[in-house]
Amino acid sequence: MMEPTPSSQTITTDGFRLHPEDEAAMREEAGHYEQRQAACIEALKIVQRRHGWVPDGAIPAIARVLGVGPASVEGVATFYSLIFRQPVGRHVILVCDSSSCFLTGFDQLLNALTERLGIGLGETTADGRFTLLPVCCLGACDGAPALMIDDDVYGPVGADDLPTVLEGYS
Amino acid sequence: MNSQRQSPIYRSRLLQPASERAPETHPLTWRLRDDGKVVDLADYEAKEGYRAVRQVLNEHDPQSVIAAMKEANVRGRGGAGFSAGLKWSLTMQGGDMPRGYIVCNADEMEPGTFKDRLLMEQQPHLLIEGMILSAFANNARYGYIFLRGEYVESARVLSQALAEARNAGWLGPDIAGSGFDFDIALHTGAGRYICGEETALLNSLEGKRANPRAKPPFPGQSGAWGKPTVVNNVETLCNAPAVLLRGADWYQGLSGDRTDDGGTKLYGASGLVNRPGLWELPIGVTGREILDRAGGLRDGRNLKAWLPGGASTGFLLPEHLDLPLDFDTVGKEGSRLGTGLMTVVAEDQSMVSLLRNLEAFFARESCGWCTPCRDGLPWTVKLLMALERGEGETGDVELLDKLAADCGPGLTFCAHAPGAAMPLQTALRHFRHEFEQGVRSPEGRARGEPISVGEA
Repeated sequence: MMEPTPSSQTITTDGFRLHPEDEAAMREEAGHYEQRQAACIEALKIVQRRHGWVPDGAIPAIARVLGVGPASVEGVATFYSLIFRQPVGRHVILVCDSSSCFLTGFDQLLNALTERLGIGLGETTADGRFTLLPVCCLGACDGAPALMIDDDVYGPVGADDLPTVLEGYS
Repeated sequence: MNSQRQSPIYRSRLLQPASERAPETHPLTWRLRDDGKVVDLADYEAKEGYRAVRQVLNEHDPQSVIAAMKEANVRGRGGAGFSAGLKWSLTMQGGDMPRGYIVCNADEMEPGTFKDRLLMEQQPHLLIEGMILSAFANNARYGYIFLRGEYVESARVLSQALAEARNAGWLGPDIAGSGFDFDIALHTGAGRYICGEETALLNSLEGKRANPRAKPPFPGQSGAWGKPTVVNNVETLCNAPAVLLRGADWYQGLSGDRTDDGGTKLYGASGLVNRPGLWELPIGVTGREILDRAGGLRDGRNLKAWLPGGASTGFLLPEHLDLPLDFDTVGKEGSRLGTGLMTVVAEDQSMVSLLRNLEAFFARESCGWCTPCRDGLPWTVKLLMALERGEGETGDVELLDKLAADCGPGLTFCAHAPGAAMPLQTALRHFRHEFEQGVRSPEGRARGEPISVGEA
């Protein structure tokens, strides 16, 4: 299924140097699809795993690997909520704000979080430890209110639980 | 003391012990373990696993598989309730048609829904087996599981199961000696509710923004990369193995006299109930039965309203608790069965605030493609926020009626806007006085004036 992909030297665009391992991972991912463009979201995630976010220079670099224009990569990067186009903290807290959590204490949980961390939704703590973001229903409604930190889902989370939950993330 | 508290790590679970689940009555969950650990390949094979694949691929033809699915009347469990067998019969096949794709919609993001997560985290091989059967029926050469990015545990379990299945020869060339070849890749998303809409999902799969596509052509005619493509929900696909192993009559019989819909369903309840959870029950059980299983509302509260199957379904009232929860009955009450997991609203909940929450969700998750959705939903939220503060103006409630009507079926590319309209319209119908109470000054000016465009 893989299209022939150009062999290349290390791609450097706008001061961004695409790690050769990341480029290889993108090319491998592209092999799962009829067209290389399909690996776009995964390519963005690959960059994000290494850098924590997707720096500007990564956009044309990914475009070159996938054989598409930078505008389409940027269009994708800015569409999806889990792709970060600006720096985030070392840990990202996704707070579910959908209906079941809303009915079971989302407001109190969010208040407790913002008070404890000193930041609002969309912000990062001054020490770069946490970024706080809202998220679409986490599919943990039998554990509402729920939140997710990095790869871990917690719920039901009361304000009292926050010290224990947060201390695992330095 | 805080330091003594356990971290409340979330685990997906079914609230029915194994002793209550049998192969003849619980096709989706009878294999699940009480300890919640994954049913791995050895465990799955020991419990009739992949038997349907071996039998069907060697002894049946695609048309008979489709006929069985039609006869069993397996209706799409993603929420739309479209007959899976009928969908499969519409896939372009034969002649010069290239072999296409099976795409499993595992983008579970409908607020109030947490069922596919359980199936994927604890019983991944049932889904894989269902996809192989679907691939055989639809002559697909390759499958994708389109999984939402936040389902990290599902991704881990599915990746392992796909590798197990490939090593055992259930995926790859010449499956079970039948000459049929098929393989599956896991595709993880990066957020956005709209990816669950099947044509937006295909755009996302192709690495594009998740805007919906015009239909027709339907995915069965021209889907991923222009090839015939079948998109089915996780739970729908998980029904296929049992239908083909035990037969359409048996499957139809599971729901008894309750409804014409066949089989069982993962039902659930969340909100302010005592035991929020999931149960596999015959399709067509009542809301009351589910609410009873959930232990009723917390602290002796009374029920005010409920959503039968997610944020995009219409509000039902306590008087609807004894209706069978099947696709047609719920549809006749001005709602939809949707995903079948009810969201329970207690008597002390302000409907205006709840609707503000729901519509803010739909406004944020709109992909921005169609005007009534992109511009109408934020306007709706603005009005609801004003009503919530008691600062609404005369005409605001009527304006909500109009904005909701503008989002109705057929006025936008996909079902996102109608999904946003349905809870709003039903809430306005059943609880209009609450919205009217938010209007501050009867003499105030309505917010219905046209928005100027293109002026300096």
